[in-house]
Amino acid sequence: MPKEMLPYLLTMVLLMIGVYGIVVKRNIIKIIVGVIITEYAVNCFLILQGYRDGGIAPIMTADMNTATFVDKSVDPVPQALILTAIVIGLGTVALMVALAIRLYEKYGTFDISEIRRLQG
Amino acid sequence: MNQRSGMTLIVKTITRMVAAFIATYGIYIVLYGHLTPGGGFAGGVILACGFVLLFLAFGKDFALEILSQRGTSIWDCLAAFAFLAIALLGYIGGTFFYNVIAKGEPFHLVSAGIIPLANIAIGIKVAACLFGVFIALVLFRMARSPEEMEEE
Amino acid sequence: MEVLTVPVLYILLFFMILGSIVALEARDLLSTVIAIGAVGYGLSIIYLILNAPDIAIVQVVVEVLVLVILIRATVTRDDTTYGQPRDVFALASALVFAGLFLGFSYYVFQWMRPFGSPLMTVAKDYLAQGLEATGAANYVMAVLLDFRAYDTLGEATVIFTSIIGAYVILRSIGRKRRESAFRDDAHS
Repeated sequence: MPKEMLPYLLTMVLLMIGVYGIVVKRNIIKIIVGVIITEYAVNCFLILQGYRDGGIAPIMTADMNTATFVDKSVDPVPQALILTAIVIGLGTVALMVALAIRLYEKYGTFDISEIRRLQG
Repeated sequence: MNQRSGMTLIVKTITRMVAAFIATYGIYIVLYGHLTPGGGFAGGVILACGFVLLFLAFGKDFALEILSQRGTSIWDCLAAFAFLAIALLGYIGGTFFYNVIAKGEPFHLVSAGIIPLANIAIGIKVAACLFGVFIALVLFRMARSPEEMEEE
Repeated sequence: MEVLTVPVLYILLFFMILGSIVALEARDLLSTVIAIGAVGYGLSIIYLILNAPDIAIVQVVVEVLVLVILIRATVTRDDTTYGQPRDVFALASALVFAGLFLGFSYYVFQWMRPFGSPLMTVAKDYLAQGLEATGAANYVMAVLLDFRAYDTLGEATVIFTSIIGAYVILRSIGRKRRESAFRDDAHS
């Protein structure tokens, strides 16, 4: 594997930490935090895909001509898609927190194995 | 203003100073989204953060007087319909989301056709939406008394 | 400045990995929330050095709201779960899956474009024609609201739905419903 791939591998490690949190942890807040970490890792991976060495931000100023801009700018498409994904992530986190508060009021605990036992 | 609700005097004074700047910055980010970094999503979240700051510093009565829970729902739906209307406006030019308005001169505030209008709609929508969910998270539980919680 | 980009990127990625481990393993829920905030701010600096200022702004302000919402969920609630994972099977399967996934991704990365030289077949056209086609100087907004505006419409729908869901979950039960619920409890 070439050395340039190391950032991708690090984001994959971050993704796996998030999955570990979702699967192994018992506390609901920890599970929500695992989901947030997973989301960060995926967003970061997609932005890394669009990066260009020595590039500039995809925002044009009046003193640039288009040809040099096309040669230098980083990829704007992943940035535009991640921009919406971040805000959606906030909406889903709010929904998950609402569910967690509701479960806490019903059962008096954040522990999901405890909740499962109380229910059945 | 009610001195007893909300946080301490220091927080209230600082909030009174910075609240207008936060609102101005949010509106700037929304309006100049097609020229500089920012846009409807970022500006909308900044405006929502400003409302959350007012809510936390001055208590619920003060913040809900400015923008009530009903108000957030109405603004949210209006902005969503405005965005859809901008999309449908494209049928004048032939397709959905067609940029029908004149492009204007680049690098000026009035340019880029429908993009600033869509930015404004999305900014209002995101701000109202996120402040609404914050109200839902904080207020709906506070409205019930502890005895009611005990009953369940 | 350009020489520094990659080392700073590595430092920030290691910082994020450490921060997320701390967030998942901390005893106190408030420490968890603070650690996830640190991870998010590190991520926003990564976006800034990767020439994505739009996303850096959004990430910073979204992180503030996530912190407020998570603190709202955790504060004044006592945490009862310490230590122990759910069960040994979950821990073992998670570790095995993580190992397999990392091995396969290591294998797959050989065929991907190396970091720093993206394949921009579509984006080249967007960059070349964007200014004449849309008139917007910020190309992220040009893609978001003109070339790919359908995605934005879908996003608006998704966030609308999630807010409606939160309202429905959190709304207090009406008096009539609550009385009937109590009657059912008495019967059962």
